[in-house]
Amino acid sequence: MNDNPLIALAGYFALLSLFAVGGANAAIPEMHRIAVEVMHWMSDRQFADSFAISQVSPGPNIIIVTLIGYHVAGLAGAAVATAAMCGPTCVLAFLVARTWDRFKEARWRIAIQAGLVPVSLGLIAASAFVLARSADHNIYAAAITAITAIVGFATRINPLWIFAVGGALGLSGWL
Amino acid sequence: MSASTAPSSTAIRPKLSELFRAFVIISLSGFGGALPWARRMIVEQRNWMTAEEFNEAFALSQFLPGPNVVNFSVVFGSRFGGAPGAAVALAGLMGPPLIIVTILAFLYSRYGDVEALGRILTGITAAATGLLIAVVAKMATPLFRKRWDWAPLIAIAAFVGVAIMQWPLPLVFAVLAPISVACAWMTR
Repeated sequence: MNDNPLIALAGYFALLSLFAVGGANAAIPEMHRIAVEVMHWMSDRQFADSFAISQVSPGPNIIIVTLIGYHVAGLAGAAVATAAMCGPTCVLAFLVARTWDRFKEARWRIAIQAGLVPVSLGLIAASAFVLARSADHNIYAAAITAITAIVGFATRINPLWIFAVGGALGLSGWL
Repeated sequence: MSASTAPSSTAIRPKLSELFRAFVIISLSGFGGALPWARRMIVEQRNWMTAEEFNEAFALSQFLPGPNVVNFSVVFGSRFGGAPGAAVALAGLMGPPLIIVTILAFLYSRYGDVEALGRILTGITAAATGLLIAVVAKMATPLFRKRWDWAPLIAIAAFVGVAIMQWPLPLVFAVLAPISVACAWMTR
């Protein structure tokens, strides 16, 4: 138990970042557990709202930690939580990338790299599937998903306009 | 697996300012996930990496702990510009959304109509899902185009394990990654 919320934020998110294998979305349940149930930083509703804001914002979804930090301790909290969530893993990523590039020709490195690619692809495909199942709960939403998939795969058109159409349709209550 | 040994030196080497700008654009376009936008920028628009190199760099980022795209910005930036490159790519990725989300948080604390936000989100998520499906198809192309081998089987097994069987991701990874690496070791 710490009296200073900034120290609690920094310690908790730094720790979480090093154990969060599988990206931002995999870490959401654990963040919810800590922020709502253990630390009582925010209510269930406030957490859900923060999640919605982070999803609607552009950029990496991990930006939800900025919102949690802001909620707990204002701008300083936002800065501390974000730095804690990104700092340790970025240092690790940098060191690994350096080592990785140094052993470019090593057989073990080539085997690990070639072995990780198909696992990675399968996991990304799985998250697309899980996302589709929760997002496409009616025919209009499914149509938006299908159109974006086709435009994104088959053309070089910037798909951002479909996001705007989707957002507008959603706001109007069609989805 | 000759593609995985292709040198990245054939690619164009971006300047730090270009790197920063590219990651700002990736970040600002990245509604509902930045991966499709990172691939679009790096592989399709700037030709900084081949499809295979992108798959490898992203796979590495994904298996490091922490946010995938954030790791990717560091891996990518350091490959092209060392420590300054990593810092610049990371700043480009995190800077703009940090400012935007803080403003949104402030507005929310003042006015707080999150119900409307939730409805907008429904539409954006539907589109983001489609874009993720498209990027999966694109990333799979180099993998499935080769003659029949182990890699597509591993990809399908990972997909089935997590999406259909709903086994925990770390478990699926712990089982499949060693098998996959062993296959890569033997077939090289």
